[in-house]
Amino acid sequence: MLQTAHPPLAKAPPLTTLPSAAPILSVEDLHAAYGQSEVLHGLNFQVAPGEIVAVMGRNGMGKTTLMKTLMGIVPVKAGSIRVDGTEIGALKSHARVAKGLAYVPQGRIIFSTMTVQENIETGLTVTGARKVPQDLYEMFPVLLEMKGRRGGNLSGGQQQQLAIARALASKPKVLLLDEPTEGIQPSIIREMGRTLKKIRDARGLSIVVSEQVLSFALDVADRVLVMENGEIVHESLRADIDEAQVARFLSV
Amino acid sequence: MFGDYSLGDLGAIFAMQGFAGLILFSVYVLMALGLAIIFGQMGVINMAHGEFMILGAYMTYLCSAFFQTYLPALFPAYFFLAMILAFCASGALGMLVEWALIRHLYKRPLDTLLATWGLSLILQQAYRSIFGAREVGVELPSWLIGSVQVTDSIEIPINGLFVMAVTTLITVGVALLIYRSRFGQQVRAVMANRPMAGAVGIDTEKIDRYTFGLGCGIAGVAGSAFTMIGSTGPTSGQLYIVDTFLIVVFGGAASLLGTIASAFSISQTQSTLEFFLSGSMAKVLTLLAVVGILMLRPQGLFTLKVRR
Repeated sequence: MLQTAHPPLAKAPPLTTLPSAAPILSVEDLHAAYGQSEVLHGLNFQVAPGEIVAVMGRNGMGKTTLMKTLMGIVPVKAGSIRVDGTEIGALKSHARVAKGLAYVPQGRIIFSTMTVQENIETGLTVTGARKVPQDLYEMFPVLLEMKGRRGGNLSGGQQQQLAIARALASKPKVLLLDEPTEGIQPSIIREMGRTLKKIRDARGLSIVVSEQVLSFALDVADRVLVMENGEIVHESLRADIDEAQVARFLSV
Repeated sequence: MFGDYSLGDLGAIFAMQGFAGLILFSVYVLMALGLAIIFGQMGVINMAHGEFMILGAYMTYLCSAFFQTYLPALFPAYFFLAMILAFCASGALGMLVEWALIRHLYKRPLDTLLATWGLSLILQQAYRSIFGAREVGVELPSWLIGSVQVTDSIEIPINGLFVMAVTTLITVGVALLIYRSRFGQQVRAVMANRPMAGAVGIDTEKIDRYTFGLGCGIAGVAGSAFTMIGSTGPTSGQLYIVDTFLIVVFGGAASLLGTIASAFSISQTQSTLEFFLSGSMAKVLTLLAVVGILMLRPQGLFTLKVRR
């Protein structure tokens, strides 16, 4: 199993898709806790530029906490988070966005009383831009159609697209998605997999996606991490993944 | 109670009381706007809001005294400067209070109630020590005194018209700021979901401070307007705070239009009934009506129709 010692050096060569590039996101010995109860017990992983990493695991294993800790919603207890070489573990959420992280939370959490366009514009805050870039609407044409509607009146799938567009508006280097397939119908899930890869290819950003649906993870990810009880217990490239083994981790 | 008046008299009474009610309405709207913005954004119930208003009133008083003594030539125009000064003073104090006190209590909403109540007592005593316990009045420039004769029995005071114009201007300004500007967009995002607003890159602490300052600043302008209808004392703000809370709740939280509609209905009912009954009976009837309506419609007058 992956433990704290020297994971990047010991494990990196077979696991990094782009060995030459420095990691865009690097997490070392990350601990996080709600009050006194520690939920993340020293995580280590790196994400290469342009890589899609799926974090898998059953409910309550710490996936969402990991996302919230990366985003600064749950405070870091110990360890380091670096984006493109810059330490961000002590920064507030908005400052992390400015450093290149963007977040699509579980349950999407769009601003339901604001219009679609206003929702996307909130993501522009750190860039200083005033107009929604045209390529966002090109990527999600349905949002252009609905740009005057209140976000709360969109369907689940449309809200998911809105949440992704809002995150992309801040021109991130790393996009964090927390269980994007939750409550979305299967046909749209496949569509979303394609969209995520398209976003990665078009913008060259890295994506960390937490997921319970194995087929979706295998569809989008270059590499899969499995979390259990706040630790990473399994890691493999998609090419040589042992599906049965990962499925065992996910079965209840 | 209407028996002793002819129909024409009643018409004139309703028109003039209605107009007096409009001045009250102006003060209420300005107070309630500030309170609603602060409550909607931060969930903080600002018990010291009345004292921020009175700070604006005292600024207006100081300004009028200063111009009378040193710049009598410019006295006719002092009221504009006084309102700007009132806004700045109350707004600055508001931002200071947010920084020193409120931001440490966001996770304990009930404690903010106590803390701001304590603040209101401190401010009242500070006013008493600085300005004295006696109520002070503001000297109005001559162009604001007098009234417009509309018909034989209906007169409309000029200062009332002025206050209403100012209120309209500020309300429209606030509406534009909240619904059209980038700042307002960020305010609404923080209102909707604070952690998420941070996670899309909005500096929520900065927005909180400015919003609190804005709400208090508007209360300061309300104080400036207030000097035209009442005299300013250390505890004058207390009289308005309860009514203002009532207006915010009655209007439906997070609805600018609801706040305005409820301020209008409450001030008009109050003002019209006051002519025929005693002031306290008028208040009792107004409160009873509000309580009755709130029991039937607990969400207030206006709400947004949206899935949450």
